[in-house]
Amino acid sequence: MRDTLNMQPEIASHEVGHLEHHVHHHKETFITKYIFSTDHKMISKQFLVTGIIWALIGGLFSVLFRLQLGFPDHSFPILETVFGRWAEGGKINAEFYYALITMHGTILIFFVLTAGLSGTFSNMLIPLQVGARDMASPFMNMLSYWFFFLASVIMFSSLFIQTGPASGGWTAYPPLSALGQASSGSKAGMDLWIISMALFVVSSLLGNLNYISTILNMRTKGMSMTRLPLTIWSFLFTAILGALAFPVLLSGLILLLFDRNLGTSFYLSDIFVAGQALSNEGGSAILFQHLFWFLGHPEVYIIILPTMGVVSEILAINARKPIFGYTAMIGSLLAICVLALFVWAHHMFVTGMNPFLGSVFVLLTLLIAVPSSIKVFNWLTTIWRGNIRFTPSMLYAIGFVSFFISGGLTGIWLGNSTIDIHLHDTMFNIAHFHLVMGVAAFFGMFAGVYHWFPKMFGRYLNITLSYIHFWVTLAGAYLIFWPMHYQGMAGMPRRYLDKSMWVSFSQFHALDAMISVVTIIVFLAQILFVFNFFYSMYKGRRCRSMNPWGATTLEWTTPVNPGHGNWVGKIPEVKRWAYDYSKDGRDFILQTEGPGENESVH
Amino acid sequence: MIVTTVAQEQNNKLHPLKFTLWVAIASIIMMFAGLTSAYIVKSNFSGWRTMAIPKIFWVSTVVILLSSITIYLALQKFRNREMQKYRALLGTTLVLGLLFIVCQFIGYSELWSQNVRFKGSSGAGQFFYVITGLHALHVLGGFVAMAIMFLRSFFGKTKSYSAVPVEVMGIYWHFVDILWIYLMVFFLITA
Repeated sequence: MRDTLNMQPEIASHEVGHLEHHVHHHKETFITKYIFSTDHKMISKQFLVTGIIWALIGGLFSVLFRLQLGFPDHSFPILETVFGRWAEGGKINAEFYYALITMHGTILIFFVLTAGLSGTFSNMLIPLQVGARDMASPFMNMLSYWFFFLASVIMFSSLFIQTGPASGGWTAYPPLSALGQASSGSKAGMDLWIISMALFVVSSLLGNLNYISTILNMRTKGMSMTRLPLTIWSFLFTAILGALAFPVLLSGLILLLFDRNLGTSFYLSDIFVAGQALSNEGGSAILFQHLFWFLGHPEVYIIILPTMGVVSEILAINARKPIFGYTAMIGSLLAICVLALFVWAHHMFVTGMNPFLGSVFVLLTLLIAVPSSIKVFNWLTTIWRGNIRFTPSMLYAIGFVSFFISGGLTGIWLGNSTIDIHLHDTMFNIAHFHLVMGVAAFFGMFAGVYHWFPKMFGRYLNITLSYIHFWVTLAGAYLIFWPMHYQGMAGMPRRYLDKSMWVSFSQFHALDAMISVVTIIVFLAQILFVFNFFYSMYKGRRCRSMNPWGATTLEWTTPVNPGHGNWVGKIPEVKRWAYDYSKDGRDFILQTEGPGENESVH
Repeated sequence: MIVTTVAQEQNNKLHPLKFTLWVAIASIIMMFAGLTSAYIVKSNFSGWRTMAIPKIFWVSTVVILLSSITIYLALQKFRNREMQKYRALLGTTLVLGLLFIVCQFIGYSELWSQNVRFKGSSGAGQFFYVITGLHALHVLGGFVAMAIMFLRSFFGKTKSYSAVPVEVMGIYWHFVDILWIYLMVFFLITA
């Protein structure tokens, strides 16, 4: 394996003079270089490290509530030692449990898989792969991170207030989220949640504007849209979706803030709290659901699209084959992006929606299966009979395809309103979206981190630890989520604190315990990854080659540790598309190389 | 720094900053589209209260229209390097912008005294405060940016001949103007 990973020793020796070279644009102090940096590569690392910290917190929360779900009768004194009154007698109390599941969702969906994922890879790869020295507006890019940081600080501090963080679910449905008297988590924790999310929306908008305009305006000479790597295409569609969907969430949250603090009735109507009638009238909780899911559904594509691009790139590179159906890949990205905006109501089939309206959303939802299948088919045909190198990033990319298929198939079940009535809010739903957008997106993200780590830090991640991390996570993720389908089909609801009073679910006690044990093991494997990440950042094997994976794209024409500005000297010109692998007897041809005399059509 | 050098290196048709602004405008439009469609949905529910739009909002409409004209002229003068007139026109736009916000504020207090309040059952008034308030925030944001630009035209250390910042400012200002017209028409029809 060592050999395959060190593919281009000749390039390394050839370019070694360049590598030590450092480009100095301006004097850098610690603060301008690491904190208020405008370099897209540093901002990308800031997003990644913040995302990792959030992932650890969000993952830890899932371990905690899995302890409750797997061992509802058991008491863990250590919980009381750490969390005090939130876990009196070593048992997680109800308020704490709901806070945990709410924050688990919020943190992983928004702070890790949106900001941590897009923030890392869009920032890192867009300028490097389109051939730009930096983003369209490096200053806005810095602001994007700092708004995210501010949102993070507020969300993090909400974990420590006396009444606890928001606990009405990550979807923040009113009236639970609109009335402070509804639960202790609906008090200050909810306000902090809304403020944090508003800042988060600003951050993601600043980022998305930058991504779009960089991709469309700052491509180097010769880099036509159809020569872009698929990563860039997927980042573009992600950013467009984000720019169109997040503002609607913001408007929903602003109305929620008014309802909470100023007594308006946007979402509230005819409500009695403790026998007292509230003055609110004429509001509609369903209105919030519409506004929320208009973002909420595109949000899952904001999560999965970047990883689709990353995986397409990694599969082609490590199968040493051109991507199969490049145009179809772009077309299906576009189709997913458009459809994503018109299917939000499939989250609301059980809200008393007119069945005829529901059937329209069923149709549109099931249509998404078409572009998704095109993509899966193209990934499989890309690696079909390829000369596959099983690097950790390739394993993760293949794992991504596996999870995307097994999680995506159950989407067809849930997209049917008739079946959804039975499966809605059951563990089946949990299994579905965790596989298709949770685990799959994480696998895509891991694939990306393993693949571009040498570009980020000039070193490799430790291979042995990577393989352990992969196999434990792959097996663990299936062991955790596969059984949940059966629980859900048997009607076991999600979000319940304790289901032991239902005799019909007693058959699942052992299964739940198994899931919880596996969750702990998988969590430990992630800690192994985090250790590997930070250890390799400083002590990992040095990358001595400019192009360690033998890839064709522009980021591998920069020095091993590129300075601010990316290329020494002129920006390279692009003369071909990004997927010339195993062509005319050559292993790969860089995008900067012109067409050869006897070259077959490109 | 980087922006300008990159822009020169790559011969663009549309300046990246201007393009970015257009995408941002699309985002802002989505936000207001979300809010106004929420309004339409809600207006069919029971307990809906209507309102009468105070006359002062007509004044603010005229004011913001005028300010659109002055910033357009300011851009013309900047292009012709008539800096004195440019500064005067930019200053006028600033004053008009401030006047607009003051008019809005007077309008809100008038509504408030007509007993259109936040509390209680839903109605056009609650939406009006939120939607036009958000619009006013966007105007205020433009106002701050323009004020910085105005001060820079006096005290700026470097002389800039690029019209791009002024153009970007102008596009944004016209946008908040058009957005206001849309909102005004929307509320006139529905409230």
